Amino acid sequence: MNLFVQAFAWIFDGSHWVSGPNIWQRLGETLWVSGISVLISVVIAVPIGVAIGHTGRGRSAAILISNAARALPTLGLLSLLILLMGIGVLPPVIVLVILGIPPTLAGAYAGVEAVDRQTIDAARALGMTEWQIITRVELPLAANLLVGGIRATALQTVATLTVASYFAFGGLGLYLVNGLAQADYVQMLAGAVLVTALALLVDGAFAIVQRLVVPRGVARGRVDPDGPQKRARAPRPRALQEGMQS
Amino acid sequence: MNWVWIGSNLDLIWGRILEHLALSAPPIVIGFLLSIPLGYWASRSKTARSVLLTLGGILYTIPSIALLVLVPVTLGFAILNPLNVVLALTVYAVAIMVRSAADAFSSTSRDVLSSATAIGFSRAQRFFQVELPLAGPVLLAGLRVVSVSTVSLVSVGSVIGVDSLGSFFTDAFQRQFPTEAIVGIVAILLIAALFDVILVLIGRVLLPWNRTRRAAPARAYLRPVGSS
Repeated sequence: MNLFVQAFAWIFDGSHWVSGPNIWQRLGETLWVSGISVLISVVIAVPIGVAIGHTGRGRSAAILISNAARALPTLGLLSLLILLMGIGVLPPVIVLVILGIPPTLAGAYAGVEAVDRQTIDAARALGMTEWQIITRVELPLAANLLVGGIRATALQTVATLTVASYFAFGGLGLYLVNGLAQADYVQMLAGAVLVTALALLVDGAFAIVQRLVVPRGVARGRVDPDGPQKRARAPRPRALQEGMQS
Repeated sequence: MNWVWIGSNLDLIWGRILEHLALSAPPIVIGFLLSIPLGYWASRSKTARSVLLTLGGILYTIPSIALLVLVPVTLGFAILNPLNVVLALTVYAVAIMVRSAADAFSSTSRDVLSSATAIGFSRAQRFFQVELPLAGPVLLAGLRVVSVSTVSLVSVGSVIGVDSLGSFFTDAFQRQFPTEAIVGIVAILLIAALFDVILVLIGRVLLPWNRTRRAAPARAYLRPVGSS
């Protein structure tokens, strides 16, 4: 356990935050690349997911692809792409986008699909166009699950990026990988603590957003993840977004 | 793609496959066995449920590579000990599986439980003959998720130096040799598919009533909140 004390001392050593390639810089690399990747995943996955949820078509294909993506080893995909394209930002971004699409896609279609049919019929009876139904009825009601999907994507992206540090990509994971390579276990552990803290922060931030996006007036059972109403229902779709981390 | 390399290294590939199997099977089995009592407990007590699921969520959030080095430091093992990989992946397996198990056991209807008690089942009989079989399909769906992700995650162990098919990925990078990476990816996908087929077959044998709705377990699991 003493190693943990040393690791925290390492992290709180001011010099690791200012001079040379410091923690801020590594954090910046991680956030920049994960941010871009999550953004691209969201831009691709949300429209497709909403379309699947709205029309009810293509769902089995989406499930099949999501399950197959879960089996893809990140490390292998990364090393292959880096060998084919060279070291740079592009290979990790491509891998992160490929692996980041399924959770958001699942969140989007599960969210839209879960909207009560009667609510949609009512909207249609009021004279709303399909587009209005999607943007004013389905999306607000799906927001919680949709953001849940993005949350899973973001978490997975940050975690996977740690692995990318092995392939000469910078990022916070570099401390872990370098520490390991140099048998400098204090640095290694400090790196592990830093990536874990970042992952927990990202997850926590999205958890808050997830609560905030629930429209007022929507049943509280939807908001409270462990509420009694929830328990009586089907397993949370988050379950299908799990198990994809790297 | 260098086929000659594959042809002349079949022994190496087979050895790595065996290593991979040896590292991935135990976490799946142990994780499943541990999650049954934990999930049952979570389905019976609200406090247990929130504590276990929160803890599972936090553990699941730890990036795999970080967990792989946190396990040996916390337990005092050598970094290269393959047990680290097994333990870290077991942690993930339990973290994912407890939620499935809790959901599975929570979904048993009260009436069914009361009926079982009324016709004289003991608690143990009720659990093994009523609750466990009824939870079967959801447990199976969760186990399939755990299986696929575990098989894929074992490869990360190669970064800390524990050999598996993942070693092909690190080797491929260091030797600038894509064939190895492709061999590793294909082998991992095949193992994941094999495990999935085995689980589905076990499900068919143990849960014959589920057969009429062949795709049901996965579907039921993916069914969004509120549409059930």
